[in-house]
Amino acid sequence: MSLIRIENVHKSFGDLAVLNGVSLDIEEGEIVTIIGRSGSGKSTLLRCINGLEKVQSGEIWADGVQVNDPATNLRLLRQRLGIVFQSYNLFPHLTVERNITLAPQVVQKRAAADVRQVAVDVLRQVGLESKIDAYPIQLSGGQQQRVAIARSLAMAPKVMLLDEITSALDPELIGDVLKVLEDLARQGMTMVLVTHEMGFARRVSSQVVFMHEGRVWESGPPDRIFTKPETPELATFIQSVL
Amino acid sequence: MFRDFGVDEVGLLLKGAQWTVLLSFIAFIGGSIVGLVVAAVRVVGPRSLNALATGYIQAVQGTPLLGQMFLFFFGFSIMGLEVSAWVAVSVSLILFSGAFLGDIWRGCIQAIPQTQWEASSCLGLGFFQQMRYVILPQALRIAIPPTVGFFVQIIKNTSLAAVVGFVELLRAGQMVTAATFKPFTVYLAVALIYFALCYPLSLWSRHLERKLNVAHSH
Repeated sequence: MSLIRIENVHKSFGDLAVLNGVSLDIEEGEIVTIIGRSGSGKSTLLRCINGLEKVQSGEIWADGVQVNDPATNLRLLRQRLGIVFQSYNLFPHLTVERNITLAPQVVQKRAAADVRQVAVDVLRQVGLESKIDAYPIQLSGGQQQRVAIARSLAMAPKVMLLDEITSALDPELIGDVLKVLEDLARQGMTMVLVTHEMGFARRVSSQVVFMHEGRVWESGPPDRIFTKPETPELATFIQSVL
Repeated sequence: MFRDFGVDEVGLLLKGAQWTVLLSFIAFIGGSIVGLVVAAVRVVGPRSLNALATGYIQAVQGTPLLGQMFLFFFGFSIMGLEVSAWVAVSVSLILFSGAFLGDIWRGCIQAIPQTQWEASSCLGLGFFQQMRYVILPQALRIAIPPTVGFFVQIIKNTSLAAVVGFVELLRAGQMVTAATFKPFTVYLAVALIYFALCYPLSLWSRHLERKLNVAHSH
């Protein structure tokens, strides 16, 4: 079974239908980028995968667990699904180290000495060992976002869900964050990204998913999606973003 | 023959001020306990309790404190319950403070962005862990300045207890005035004592606020 399986999912906010029957399979080790115009349902789909949004119908499975089953323990599941948000959402009152070690310590009940080492390790992965004692406000946006990635990695997740994580960053800071993602990709981390960085999507994705009007309009390997779009909607979209 | 306004009279005023301070602490501590319950109920309580807490806050905030004191002082005795001025004044000040503090603290907890709840729940933290490690530490920082500020309000509001015969600072002033017939001097002294109690707290509150802004979100 796929690591993530989304089957015929419908989701609406009040009268507004956001997802109109989305189906998608994501295998272990894949890097799936979801592209599309704003309002096409990309972020909502990502948030449904770890149960941040409830769906009206359909099924979502992640790591063998049905996410939208009310009996599912989302707390347990979420320890295996890392998510990083556009606005970082670091804990402003805690140091970088504590931001990273909080969940391993209080959720996974790991020893203080252990988690300190985890913090050092994940910070090295994102190139910010020197900032371990800083507070989030003392960091640039790009650094905060890398700390958010490190915080997620500290839980040793099986999948990373990345929701437009470079969209709030100044252009010169985006590169550092993307580099971290490329390193992760090389290490075989399964990732699902919603992104506007088309060059990046084309370079690292194993599968690109184009969403339109709450549906998976087209999907396939990046070269095919970017050079031979089959639908006029995707063709227009690609023209407008390239 | 009127007495002079001398050391003895100042001593009387200071004795009254002791009761003002004690009453303020009772109101603040009792009010804090009530306020904590009210804030908790308003943030996470079931709908029925939430409505009850809201009704309580509106009742207290929508009526004058003096009226509430009369209600407890005279109301109880009409019902056949003999209540001393002490009890009536304490109960009404506690309920008064509880409503305001509860509302202030609810606001502070709800001022923490939803994304902090989201981020912590995505890391697998449960409700109490979120509260303890993420939400309350941040809410506390915001809550300190208005809480200290409200303590100043409490100190000043204890003066209303004079009306039901409780001898605190203002009532002591009235009594000294009756004996000395120097209202201006006496009430000026009373005002100075209130000021000496409240001003340091106001300064502290402003200091905390500034400190909080500098270190904001850190």
